[in-house]
Amino acid sequence: MTRKLIVIGAGMASGRMLEHLFDQGDDWNVTLFNAEPRGNYNRLMLSPVLSGEKTYEEIVTHDAAWYEERGVTCRFGEKVAEIDRASRRVMTEAGEVLEYDKLVIATGSNPFIIPLPGHDLEGVIAYRDLEDTNRMIALGEQQAAKAVVIGGGLLGLEAAAGLHARGVDVTVVHLMGHLMERQLDEAAGYLLRKELVGRGIKVLCSTNSKQILGQDGHVTGLELDNGTVLPCDLLVMAVGIRPNVALGQQAGLAVGKGIHVDDQMVTSDEHILSVGECVEHNGAIFGLVAPLYDQAKVAAATLSGKPARFVQKEVSTKLKVTGCDLFSAGDFAEGEDREDIVFRDPARGVYKRLVLKDNKLIGAVMYGDTADGSWFFSLMKDGESVAEMRDTLIFGPAFQGGAAGDPLAAVAALPDDAEICGCNGVCKGQIVQAIKDGAGSLADIKATTKASASCGTCTGLVEQVMAATLGDDFVLPAAQSVCGCTDLTHEDVRRLIKAQELKSQPAVWQELGWTTPNGCHVCRPAVNYYLLADWPLEYQDDLQSRFVNERNHANIQKDGTFSVMPRMWGGITTPDELRAIADAADKYRVPTVKVTGGQRIDLLGVKKEDLPAIWYDLNQAGMVSGHAYSKGLRTVKTCVGKDHCRFGTQDSTGLGIKLEKKLWGSWTPHKVKLGVSGCPRNCAEATCKDVGIVCVDSGFQVGVAGAAGMDVKETERLVDVKTEEEAIEWTAAFVQLYREHAKYLDRPYKWVAKVGLDWVKERLSDDAERAALNERFEISQSVYRKDPWADHAESRADQYQPLADITLEAAE
Amino acid sequence: MSWIDIGHIDDVPLRGARMVKTPVGCVAIFRTAEAEVFAASNSCPHKGGPLSDGIVHGRKVTCPLHNWVFSLETGEAQGADEGRIATYPIRLEEGRLMLDAVAVGKRSAA
Repeated sequence: MTRKLIVIGAGMASGRMLEHLFDQGDDWNVTLFNAEPRGNYNRLMLSPVLSGEKTYEEIVTHDAAWYEERGVTCRFGEKVAEIDRASRRVMTEAGEVLEYDKLVIATGSNPFIIPLPGHDLEGVIAYRDLEDTNRMIALGEQQAAKAVVIGGGLLGLEAAAGLHARGVDVTVVHLMGHLMERQLDEAAGYLLRKELVGRGIKVLCSTNSKQILGQDGHVTGLELDNGTVLPCDLLVMAVGIRPNVALGQQAGLAVGKGIHVDDQMVTSDEHILSVGECVEHNGAIFGLVAPLYDQAKVAAATLSGKPARFVQKEVSTKLKVTGCDLFSAGDFAEGEDREDIVFRDPARGVYKRLVLKDNKLIGAVMYGDTADGSWFFSLMKDGESVAEMRDTLIFGPAFQGGAAGDPLAAVAALPDDAEICGCNGVCKGQIVQAIKDGAGSLADIKATTKASASCGTCTGLVEQVMAATLGDDFVLPAAQSVCGCTDLTHEDVRRLIKAQELKSQPAVWQELGWTTPNGCHVCRPAVNYYLLADWPLEYQDDLQSRFVNERNHANIQKDGTFSVMPRMWGGITTPDELRAIADAADKYRVPTVKVTGGQRIDLLGVKKEDLPAIWYDLNQAGMVSGHAYSKGLRTVKTCVGKDHCRFGTQDSTGLGIKLEKKLWGSWTPHKVKLGVSGCPRNCAEATCKDVGIVCVDSGFQVGVAGAAGMDVKETERLVDVKTEEEAIEWTAAFVQLYREHAKYLDRPYKWVAKVGLDWVKERLSDDAERAALNERFEISQSVYRKDPWADHAESRADQYQPLADITLEAAE
Repeated sequence: MSWIDIGHIDDVPLRGARMVKTPVGCVAIFRTAEAEVFAASNSCPHKGGPLSDGIVHGRKVTCPLHNWVFSLETGEAQGADEGRIATYPIRLEEGRLMLDAVAVGKRSAA
């Protein structure tokens, strides 16, 4: 007896199901509805159609002849409006009524459209079907066309890459911190981004959209949260899909995230089955094609009355995002009691990470070299212990024996024109050439190329270039590495950050071959500092890479409370400020109020939760953070100068205030303290500061590199100048030179001892260089010369409160 | 176990932590990756340093007071230091942070 089967939706799952069904030879009278005006095609292949590698005709899986041979009535471009389960009938939008014995709902999924203002403008599309694809292809034929893609997942990146291949100027806007965060970890996401950016696709991560702009009903651009406007002619939203459950819901079937089905793909109505992206099975929904094909097979069997069970399997994703090889499988982001094995080969742009639990492989992420993916995946599925091959596991099945990663890889990978010695402008190629011409020692290199002959901070790198070039003939002197995460020294890391233009922490970890996933408490603050000092506009300071005091903008005390110290410019205060400080001390029950050696007032014993509120109160009185907690400018200590003192020669207080206003907020390798004394009696103790200025009748004596801590050391004279302006210009230039060259946690006196005062003087005596240093300092200050207290009190106050308080029992 | 919703994962900065007050004392919630969290005592056994103010790296945290390092998976102090912090079951459910209320001393999860 011929039975009537109605299938709603002609997607990949239902197409496969029909194949299985007809293979079994049962007699079915099939009617196939599809909202799109065409039959089954391979949706996965839309990307090659977009990029021009394939045509639509090539991706059709079932053509008109196929349907005709099997007697399938095609109702393409028609929608089913209603299901009447009681009478087993469906009604089309046109009002036609059809009976069924069995019904299969395969309505797939709908693209999720973020309800941003302007989302309904013409030119805002999803990336889901052939219509969308054709819109994008048409855009490529326009001159100088621009597009924005919202969403940095697989689909969004495919859209971006396809548009780019069609000559469109594309920007990807992604909410999360790295691309494809569901499939990739940060390091692999970084590599993918680097590849795409290298091809000319712009990528903005951690970026929120505000609204879509339009004119005459057509999209013209996207406005971001920060006010930036990205002009575009087409905006593609690829932020995810939602199971399309509307029909199932209307029919009163059990529906959760998707239409509930059992192991036989039967819904809560025994006559209705469902397959594909619209179903929910045991709490899971499905987006990859492999489980959909499994479902199709099970549904066909069920229709034929044969036993079959759908079982969810572990799924691996081996993806090719437009030429970048990616692999991800299993659980690499969640779970406890796990170990990581990380392998990075910066030269080849390869990253591999395996996740072990109880000596079993449970997850893997790979980028660049995915050849061993299926081997790892099979280890994962087998669930066997990998303890015996743990040490060489990451090298794959072909490699059992293993060699350690090459610490010289980062240097070996540098191109010949990478600058090694910044002082003398010497590139890697010149050093390699010198070695080939016979230079065999560091002294030879210095003599022939001048590399590392000036400040010397590149010595380690020069030696590594020699080691990489000479091989075993060169014995690398043992140098102190930053920490256990890397073999590189601080100086190497600083130099490589500049030479390779590394502008993010994941970039540093990957390109410099860090052995840990994301550093440790020793290297993270250092790398964070180097990045923000070298790329003040591009790099965003990472609070989570800062020591507690700098993250909380207050000094932690031994009992876990904090101290709060507002800035008193040049040590000058007012009755109003003092009253505000006294009021704050009362209001927040501050146990100790201390006058400090830096001419300020410290409020000790403030609870963390109270910090934003006390800052707000002090801000209201016109006070800002004193940065008493930072590796940055602390105070400028002054004496009263010629306004009051009978010995004073200049306005030392005024100069101190000007210096403090210029330098405050800047981050430095270690803390920086200044002093300005009005005469050589030196009441401000300027001669033991990092920069100490002593005023004399003829002008200003600028001294640097003093110390009065673990070591006590008098400043050394940098220069004598006639005017205040010159004193400020030299001071800022010195601070910037220190910011650009010193090792993290070296105070200026230690750094000057390493590079030599002569070198510092030589650099700063050059008027052009001094001006350039001042200019770079001001660029950095355009970002950092602002009050962090005001910022945190306004926008981060909740971070200072407990996330939750569950100490209270509910009323019983 | 009895899971209690204490917030959203985005309330905890990546490679950062937040503190939760519970009947057994302050518990720190650490976010070690985009979608990976751990819960452990907020108090360092050495001198009581607030671990939620420490630097989070890998699946470890460094105490802000004297740089003791703890594994967030086992609670054990790393390296030469000897000590242990209590760890508590926590899981992620569609972005929500679910802490085991019984483990942190609640009699009922109401």
